[in-house]
Amino acid sequence: MRAFMLIVALYLLATLAFPLGAMFFKSLTTYRVDLTLFEFQVDAGGGWGPVATGEALNAKIKAFDADDLAATSDTRLAATKLFPDFSFLAPTKYRIRSTAPEAVFLFGSERVADPDWHEYSGNDFRRVVMRPVLDQGFGNYVRYFSTPSLFYSIHNSLYIATVSTIITVTIAFGLAYALTRSCMPLKGMFRLIVMIPILVPSLLPGIALVYLFGNQGVIKGALMGESIYGPIGIVIGSVFFTLPHAFIIIQTALYIADARLYEAAASLRASRWKTFYTVTLPGARFGLISAAFVVFTLVITDFGLPKVIGGKFNVLAVDVYKQVIGQQNFEMGAVVSVILLVPALVAFTVDRLMQRRQVALLTARSVAFEAKPHRNFDMVCLGYCLLVTVFVVGLLAMCQYAALVKFWPYDLTLSFKNFNFDRMDGGGWDSYWNSIHLALLTATLGTGVIFCGAYLVEKMQGFDTGRGVFQFFAMMPMAVPGLVLGLAYIFFFNNPANPLNGIYGTMTILVICTVTHFYTVGHLTALTALKQMDREFEAVSASLKQPVWRLFGRVTVPVCMPAILDISVYMFVNAMTTVSAVIFLYSPDTALAAVAVLNMDDAGDIAPAAAMGMMIFYTNAFARLVHLGLSRGVLSRTQAWRKR
Amino acid sequence: MTQLETAAPFLVIRNLTKKFGQFTALQDVSFDIDESEFVCFLGPSGCGKTTLLRAIAGLDIQTSGTVLQAGRDISALPPAERDFGIVFQSYALFPNLTIYKNVAYGLENTRRPAAEIKARVAELLDLVGLPEQGTKYPAQLSGGQQQRVALARALATSPGLLLLDEPLSALDAKVRVRLRHEIKSLQERLGVTTIMVTHDQEEALAVADRIVVMNHGVIEQLGTPQEIYREPASLFVADFIGETNQFEGSAPAPGRFTFAGVDLTCPASTIGAGEKGVIVVRPEDIVLSQISDAPAGPNHFPARVKELEFLGNNWRVHLDCPALKGAELTANISINRARAFSFATNMEISIQLVPERLRAFAAGTG
Repeated sequence: MRAFMLIVALYLLATLAFPLGAMFFKSLTTYRVDLTLFEFQVDAGGGWGPVATGEALNAKIKAFDADDLAATSDTRLAATKLFPDFSFLAPTKYRIRSTAPEAVFLFGSERVADPDWHEYSGNDFRRVVMRPVLDQGFGNYVRYFSTPSLFYSIHNSLYIATVSTIITVTIAFGLAYALTRSCMPLKGMFRLIVMIPILVPSLLPGIALVYLFGNQGVIKGALMGESIYGPIGIVIGSVFFTLPHAFIIIQTALYIADARLYEAAASLRASRWKTFYTVTLPGARFGLISAAFVVFTLVITDFGLPKVIGGKFNVLAVDVYKQVIGQQNFEMGAVVSVILLVPALVAFTVDRLMQRRQVALLTARSVAFEAKPHRNFDMVCLGYCLLVTVFVVGLLAMCQYAALVKFWPYDLTLSFKNFNFDRMDGGGWDSYWNSIHLALLTATLGTGVIFCGAYLVEKMQGFDTGRGVFQFFAMMPMAVPGLVLGLAYIFFFNNPANPLNGIYGTMTILVICTVTHFYTVGHLTALTALKQMDREFEAVSASLKQPVWRLFGRVTVPVCMPAILDISVYMFVNAMTTVSAVIFLYSPDTALAAVAVLNMDDAGDIAPAAAMGMMIFYTNAFARLVHLGLSRGVLSRTQAWRKR
Repeated sequence: MTQLETAAPFLVIRNLTKKFGQFTALQDVSFDIDESEFVCFLGPSGCGKTTLLRAIAGLDIQTSGTVLQAGRDISALPPAERDFGIVFQSYALFPNLTIYKNVAYGLENTRRPAAEIKARVAELLDLVGLPEQGTKYPAQLSGGQQQRVALARALATSPGLLLLDEPLSALDAKVRVRLRHEIKSLQERLGVTTIMVTHDQEEALAVADRIVVMNHGVIEQLGTPQEIYREPASLFVADFIGETNQFEGSAPAPGRFTFAGVDLTCPASTIGAGEKGVIVVRPEDIVLSQISDAPAGPNHFPARVKELEFLGNNWRVHLDCPALKGAELTANISINRARAFSFATNMEISIQLVPERLRAFAAGTG
């Protein structure tokens, strides 16, 4: 039992703690060409001249400034630059040596770090370049904060996240209020519709917005000259994809309202508004705060949407991508990642503290609130929900239409041409099947690992410190943005010294990364289900001389089956839609559908991108249906005991 | 041990200590339980009774000390290698298995033929009075029925020791009384050595052959229900079990007790001359009579009936007793006797503290 626990703990250590540590270490790694460690001698025909360090030569002629010397791992400085009168035609000979083992220069592709002199003709000396030495320190951070184009992203990210949070929470509250406190019709339908955005990648609303308000947009005029590419687009798209998350939390908060408080307010003749301000809002305040933090974290860490519709408006998440993929500056990418981790960690910590206080609100004696019909109010609620529906379904329908149109906006006849992904850049249909593969593996293996981990935390005897540490690790992925996790995986797994190096570039690393990325929600779901089981089952089973696995298989798993199915469909859907966690990790063989959406959009194939996005939507919708079918069908047998 | 098998106690607990960090839950506990005995662990919550039960079961193994069952040292064995059945307050029935499968749970995996298992389950369900309920799920039964199923499941493997952890606490008062009688008669019929943890003294007094009274992790007294009630070994036991009137005073000589200037005869007192102590008398050991026909003997005082409380089968009488410096006493009187001398509030009566029923405890021993 302990050994098993150790294995799952090691899993979290290897897939979460170590990579993050590697990334933090990387952000502190700086490169600098240290000219004091190279020495030169010149023979212009009259014998060897005096020995001079590179530093001394550079001090005279200022061939390299500080920026040139502060390097990345790829920096190569040509030695010839130190000699202003250098000409490869001259018969002058050059000597170079390095005075420290870490000072390396290259002759062509030959690596030299030699305290003995190496002599080159003028022609050969052209091929000598100096490499940077590795150093530890906060140099990267200093550089980040002294580069306005970089650190201004912090401001942009905070601005976008704040605005999106306020708008989303307001809309979601209205929606949850209408659905819990009115007697309007079609509640079930609206609950389904508001969940739609969970089923699509976050960048899909961006594509829809391009079609609606972009340069060739259908209703471009509605923006009155403002551009959708930038903060406006990011905010609208963010509201779309965070709405379900906020809605679920706020709806739960409103559900647990105690009817007795409303009866008390009514008996004291409080007006509807007064009741709202004194009973409804305070009751839901923890839910609202929690929702706000979730939305804020989602927006600030999302990368797909600002990538598609952000235009020149830089945000942190896109900066990480640009530094790593665009400039191959991994150290700076790590710096931005660490900075991106800060708001997410703060939001996560505050939210945890809040939720601890929320528990006290629910008492066993609470009486469930039941809405009473009120014609005018119900109609207002219905109208409001219809508006939100237009927004959600509208964006999705636009995508679907764009995916089917032959050549926007010139030939609007419908065809399936855009679904011919194999003719586009991005991985083709293979990427779609890869995604299905990944999603299935994540939903099965991931759910298994998560459920076993939660079982050990909840049901194991003793070993309290170990369980505490495990619980902490299990909660951590929620605070780690996918992009940051993905980058951390590069640093950790792509290190040749790592024995797990072999999984780099395979489907395995994608599965591991996705499972870890979405670990926390699954863990909490499993924990909630396990907590509802009698603490003494293990004791009873042991007294009847039955092994632990038998209880696990015959009782624990069947009883928790609804939760297990919930976890697996959650993992499936997220594995289908995630971009951020896997963008750095996929290889040509393991291209994924959501990444293909991004890449096709990047390449200008926006219609196929929309088409692939819709494929993801249909797949997830289908997965949901299967989940529903399983829950109703198979579970009706194993859960017969729930009925009295 | 083996050569003395018939004479040796079935369960031997020696110097059992259990610590949770700094907190000592059990302190050097030792006692024996004979075969086929029904023993109750009784005490207030947090006294260590459940910890003791769980140590015997191997669910929370003790910090030090030994447990011998049927001559076998089981001190360090995990629960699965011990020989016991257990029933919890929460029943802990597997909700997704039928009653039949719950009871059969411990019988499967034992290479028994299916027909034998079936017969055994039917026998057990019959035993606990739930025949024909095998196909139902636990949630479809009442609390009392569920607890019977839990009992049947615990007995299925014919364990040598039956452990009951507050099995009746979650039930209604009436069901509780009925079920405790059933458990008792079942235990007598099967002759299985049984330990029941309870905080309900009435329950313990009603079913136990012997009671282990515990407080703060140590055994206060071990004895039959009558001994515990009649001859409490400490002030704690006297106070915890039943009701008491208590007087603080001192002993001028052995067998005498002085309280508020009044001399009491107390033959059982062990308080040495000149020492301080507490004297305890139970409400039913205060004899009430009309002043005119008060019987002769020591420890007589006049008193006034201050308040009457109707308890159904009894009156609880609150007395003012100026002779005992206005001490408030509580006495019990049966309905019939009260009717016999037309008892009423404010009546002046005579009371006697029956000398041989007084218990005295030296200060600092309670």
